[in-house]
Amino acid sequence: MDADSLLLSLELASGSGQGLSPDRRASLLTSLMLVKRDYRYDRVLFWGRILGLVADYYIAQGLSEDQLAPRKTLYSLNCTEWSLLPPATEEMVAQSSVVKGRFMGDPSYEYEHTELQKVNEGEKVFEEEIVIDKAVAIIPRGALFKTPFGPTHVNRTFEGLSLSEAKKLSSYFHFREPVELKNKTLLEKADLDPSLDFMDSLEHDIPKGSWSIQMERGNALVVLRSLLWPGLTFYHAPRTKNYGYVYVGTGEKNMDLPFML
Amino acid sequence: MGDLPPYPERPAQQPPGRRTSQASQRRHSRDQAQALAADPEERQQIPPDAQRNAPGWSQRGSLSQQENLLMPQVFQAEEARLGGMEYPSVNTGFPSEFQPQPYSDESRMQVAELTTSLMLQRLQQGQSSLFQQLDPTFQEPPVNPLGQFNLYQTDQFSEGAQHGPYIRDDPALQFLPSELGFPHYSAQVPEPEPLELAVQNAKAYLLQTSINCDLSLYEHLVNLLTKILNQRPEDPLSVLESLNRTTQWEWFHPKLDTLRDDPEMQPTYKMAEKQKALFTRSGGGTEGEQEMEEEVGETPVPNIMETAFYFEQAGVGLSSDESFRIFLAMKQLVEQQPIHTCRFWGKILGIKRSYLVAEVEFREGEEEVEEEEVEEMTEGGEVMEAHGEEEGEEDEEKAVDIVPKSVWKPPPVIPKEESRSGANKYLYFVCNEPGLPWTRLPHVTPAQIVNARKIKKFFTGYLDTPVVSYPPFPGNEANYLRAQIARISAATQVSPLGFYQFSEEEGDEEEEGGAGRDSYEENPDFEGIPVLELVDSMANWVHHTQHILPQGRCTWVNPLQKTEEEEDLGEEEEKADEGPEEVEQEVGPPLLTPLSEDAEIMHLAPWTTRLSCSLCPQYSVAVVRSNLWPGAYAYASGKKFENIYIGWGHKYSPESFNPALPAPIQQEYPSGPEIMEMSDPTVEEEQALKAAQEQALGATEEEEEGEEEEEGEETDD
Repeated sequence: MDADSLLLSLELASGSGQGLSPDRRASLLTSLMLVKRDYRYDRVLFWGRILGLVADYYIAQGLSEDQLAPRKTLYSLNCTEWSLLPPATEEMVAQSSVVKGRFMGDPSYEYEHTELQKVNEGEKVFEEEIVIDKAVAIIPRGALFKTPFGPTHVNRTFEGLSLSEAKKLSSYFHFREPVELKNKTLLEKADLDPSLDFMDSLEHDIPKGSWSIQMERGNALVVLRSLLWPGLTFYHAPRTKNYGYVYVGTGEKNMDLPFML
Repeated sequence: MGDLPPYPERPAQQPPGRRTSQASQRRHSRDQAQALAADPEERQQIPPDAQRNAPGWSQRGSLSQQENLLMPQVFQAEEARLGGMEYPSVNTGFPSEFQPQPYSDESRMQVAELTTSLMLQRLQQGQSSLFQQLDPTFQEPPVNPLGQFNLYQTDQFSEGAQHGPYIRDDPALQFLPSELGFPHYSAQVPEPEPLELAVQNAKAYLLQTSINCDLSLYEHLVNLLTKILNQRPEDPLSVLESLNRTTQWEWFHPKLDTLRDDPEMQPTYKMAEKQKALFTRSGGGTEGEQEMEEEVGETPVPNIMETAFYFEQAGVGLSSDESFRIFLAMKQLVEQQPIHTCRFWGKILGIKRSYLVAEVEFREGEEEVEEEEVEEMTEGGEVMEAHGEEEGEEDEEKAVDIVPKSVWKPPPVIPKEESRSGANKYLYFVCNEPGLPWTRLPHVTPAQIVNARKIKKFFTGYLDTPVVSYPPFPGNEANYLRAQIARISAATQVSPLGFYQFSEEEGDEEEEGGAGRDSYEENPDFEGIPVLELVDSMANWVHHTQHILPQGRCTWVNPLQKTEEEEDLGEEEEKADEGPEEVEQEVGPPLLTPLSEDAEIMHLAPWTTRLSCSLCPQYSVAVVRSNLWPGAYAYASGKKFENIYIGWGHKYSPESFNPALPAPIQQEYPSGPEIMEMSDPTVEEEQALKAAQEQALGATEEEEEGEEEEEGEETDD
């Protein structure tokens, strides 16, 4: 969720039950402002909170002008001091995916694994966050548009999805570089608008049914929750510009999803 | 002379038209910063100006007529200026863009058009020359007929020299009322310069309509610039493309008129009305004092806002307006049902809808009616089954080969717990959203709890959805929901040590068979535990709900104890089986066990404690979070505490879920004297048998034929 509209976003995303306490909210507002100034980001997103056994990690992302460029990730334990997480290599990603279990909450904690070397928890947090972000960060259709020169911009004239569009999974895209777009048939591509439809839509996610789409607050808010990564909540008020996503959870994938549907 | 009428008309149209447009342009030039005036204003300003300029027109009478005239005039004036051009597309474009548009669009477009033309002209000519042009035309005295003819001729010459032959059969002329024959004033038409000519050419090109629709580029640009001027976005250059797209879209999606409701928003409005009904006070407002007294007294509805406040300190819970709506919904529930105590249990998320759960205790004696109905149904079912068995037995006896009866008996059904005890201590009501009616959940049976432990399914949000799983769940989603609620309550309802105490009755333990006490009461002397101590040690928290045994109940029941019905249905069989089976009594941790004794989950502590705010520990609240059931929270502060659950309704397990394996293959029937397994005959044997049979048949047929022939002869006669 955008740091500029943090309070409203937290209010709208509260349907999943997890939010932030008032002291955290207050410290986030000030600290994210400073982060934006220090790192010269165009937009700062509060990504979410990973619950650990001893302490929680608060994660924020900074975006540059081009919305689809790789985002910088920052973490904090107390919402006041933010540190940049180092970029992850593929090796580290593979390693950390092997080590399962809950996070402790201490970035210097070392996981022991019989086969591999010890994995630092700080890195593990980062990898998890990257994986989750790639999998489930969402943007409604029309919120970003691509110019012929390359960079993607925020669409200032995005007035929100209509109610009928908001209930369909195809109006939401993954907020990342497209992976499946090239595999579409020519017939499908003909219907796409190249300035708006340049990301993967949620429709073709595997497993099917891994997204739960609901109306809340008496039909005035559409909420998408991921069943594969429980804790990811995306909200959008139809016909308004308010949308955002936040992850509050343990950082673990729900591998039992096929049994549960 | 016949030629004159068309000519006078057209040049005559030019001056008023041009004058009109110039007058309005001058107005525009004066008030640049103003937004474009409302349409009626524009129209009405134009006629007065024209009146000033053209007194002869006053004979025309009503304003509307003049407006009507002026509309085509202006268009035609502009068209006429271009009329000399050899652009047939212009003329075809003109009627098409003139006709289908409603009146208001014309004037708005006219205004925008004038703006655009103003801009075009200003860009090309510069302001000073524009003013110079305007002044002489404005000061022109009223008509001089003789001068007119001079005018015509000069016009002819000037126009003829520069524009070439007119297209006489201009379809625009059809719109001219013939009454407006004579021109009134001799406007001095400035000679069109080459620059102006170029402008007019360009404009004509822009006015071409596109192939796909009736829109021309000119109109579209007019719309776009109007929009930009109206909205004044920051940095318009970067949003130009989006605005372009939006304007195009708006052209094809006009806003619905004010009388009709938006069909898309219907369900939203309906829901809002339902929720509005929550906010109205029940009963008339005229009772006055009585009502006030009643309300100030105790109600079973809990103070949800206070609970929500404390949980918010912990970072848990729904937003405050949602909490308030839940409060109103619970108030509604209390009014509808005879409720003694009531609590907001939490929210269970589902795929399509979520459930809000209220934990409720009825007043004494209120709920037995429904229970009896349920019992009758089950008894009826059993009777039916008994009949079925008897009929089956009869059929079997008739058949020659008796299929061996199965010796499998289903495990005895463990009776469910009485209401107000054990897992059924409280009643639960659910609703999907505040404002929708509350539905009561049935009591939970041990079989359902046992099965619920073996499956893991998401809730869909609809109570009557079947639960498709293996092992098959006895019930639908309502039962599964109730079973999960029972499990979560038993595992995660905690309170600070000392808040509840056992009632001081002695000598109960032996009678209950060591199952422990199942009742507690509030401790009136509870002083509250300091928050820091609550956070430090898990021994300061205790469970105040009974643990559910593996059997599915809180108090153990020996399943082999015979009830009356079982004895009726065949004693002999049962006696044979009873011997080897003996069941051990199941024991669970007693009530009010501290949390420090909870089992670990694979080296993970089952509970996490936090202070709600580390910066101000003196005002903090102690928060306890369950790691076994993610979403279960409890807070305690001073003498207050509360539990809540908001989550998907599933247990956490570090290993993946393993579904139950199917039952092992059943044994085959043992071979005995009455049943013996034989191998199928081989092909040769079958053929030999067949041949033998045919031979036998043939022999008998010959004999019969012989007899038949004799008989046949007799009958034929």
